[in-house]
Amino acid sequence: MLLFMSPMVDGEVVDNGCSFEDWIRYDREMKDAGVWVSGHPLQDLTTCTTVQVGPDGERTITDGPFAETRELLGGYDVIDVPDLDAALDWAARSPGAIGTGSVQVRPIFEIDVQA
Amino acid sequence: MPGEEAAVGSSVEAVFREERGRLLASLVRRFGDLDLAEEVASEAIEAALTHWPTDGVPSRPGAWLLTTARRRAVDRLRRDRVLATRLAVLRAEAERADHAPPADADRDLPDDRLALFFTCAHPALAAADRGALTLRFLAGLTTVEVARAFLVPPATMAQRLVRAKRKIRDARIPFRVPGPDELPGRLPTVLQAVYSVFTEGYAASSGPDLQRIDLAEEAIRLGRILRRLLPAEREVAGLLGLMLLVHARRDARTGPDGAMVLLDDQDRGRWDRQMIEEGRGLVVVALTGRAPGPYGVQAAIAALHDEAADVASTDWPQVVALYDVLFGLVPSPIVALNRAAAVAMRDGPAAGLALLDELADEPRLRGHHPYPAARAELLRRLGRYDEAAAAYRSALTLVGTEPERAYLLRQLKAVTTE
Repeated sequence: MLLFMSPMVDGEVVDNGCSFEDWIRYDREMKDAGVWVSGHPLQDLTTCTTVQVGPDGERTITDGPFAETRELLGGYDVIDVPDLDAALDWAARSPGAIGTGSVQVRPIFEIDVQA
Repeated sequence: MPGEEAAVGSSVEAVFREERGRLLASLVRRFGDLDLAEEVASEAIEAALTHWPTDGVPSRPGAWLLTTARRRAVDRLRRDRVLATRLAVLRAEAERADHAPPADADRDLPDDRLALFFTCAHPALAAADRGALTLRFLAGLTTVEVARAFLVPPATMAQRLVRAKRKIRDARIPFRVPGPDELPGRLPTVLQAVYSVFTEGYAASSGPDLQRIDLAEEAIRLGRILRRLLPAEREVAGLLGLMLLVHARRDARTGPDGAMVLLDDQDRGRWDRQMIEEGRGLVVVALTGRAPGPYGVQAAIAALHDEAADVASTDWPQVVALYDVLFGLVPSPIVALNRAAAVAMRDGPAAGLALLDELADEPRLRGHHPYPAARAELLRRLGRYDEAAAAYRSALTLVGTEPERAYLLRQLKAVTTE
């Protein structure tokens, strides 16, 4: 999974200068290569709500991400590639990796349902 | 007969030393898991220790070990279905990505060690773990030996190796040699891993001994393997040349009591001429053609030192020129520090000191004892003994090994009595 991270300053996401068209093009490249499995861009920060369940089972619902967050997850893509090098290559080609942005690459934990 | 047993024993050891890296590489190619590869390789070696003394060493010991290890691996995968499922996926993908035919134990074994070098030194691994993995898997050192090499407790090293092996498997760091388009980007991490083994052997960062010859020699052995596997890569020649040209001075670097002897005071008759010749040949390879890389340039600097009859007749203008090239490639304060020392030899201590003082606020030199030690040396040559003493004292607070500490104490004593 490729997680597109943007740094935040004073509660505002730092724009890395990539256009909407750059993302559309990247999306098309992944689909054309046959590696894209799923993914979504996320709505902006003002729409974020955080849920936390305490030891007594009580839900605490707060507005926004945790205050100490310095980075915001802007969206994600799940791709199907043979190894880390291929994943890193796709990550590096994304508009999200440019400038102030960064991309985290996380393998998906595969659970063996037969076992 | 005990004599025969000893002969078998020593040939078995020689076989293991030569074959262990190749065996592990073949098993990783086959099963995609470093842990499994290590376990079945050890089992195969144990089996060899049981059978070879009575049955004799087989004609192709490497193939025998691989066949035995592969059988053990298959047995193990039959017992552990979860691991088998995961590895089956990895293996299918590895075979899809790599069209090389699988190793056939009846033929000569293909050498998969190059892919193993790139796996152990993958940039997704922590830089500190790359050298450790390289020593463990390609040099065949035990965890305890690797821990000793990098001066950490064995339990800490064991944890680091476990974590690194798990990352290779679970993050799917590929077992392959990068293609020609990626190689220039990836080779430096491999060379750095080998060089970190060498520098740890050449100048231990702490401890009672100045040098640990065995580690330096292991790094040179790894460098030779890389050179054989990548004959067209000039930086590989540069790295091997650099290590040989520096290691050639090993006998002259320490006095009879283990004390450190600086380049200026070394008995150059004790330098290893054969190693210097081999290193010089590699420098030519490293510098011929396109612009050289950092290892080639450093090897060329080492060659200039090795070729000179003494310090005074060293070609200092040429050394400074090479440091200029090196600084263009690697603009680090350590290179600037070494360049300043060379400028001091070419233009006098005042010129060198002026350059060193420009580096005073460099955070990467803070805590680095060669910086105050170099300043002390130049201040002393300028007759500024009080300042020299102060600089030797700050170097003493930072120094790591005993011989270096003893050397600095002698210098301090000399300037306070001068």
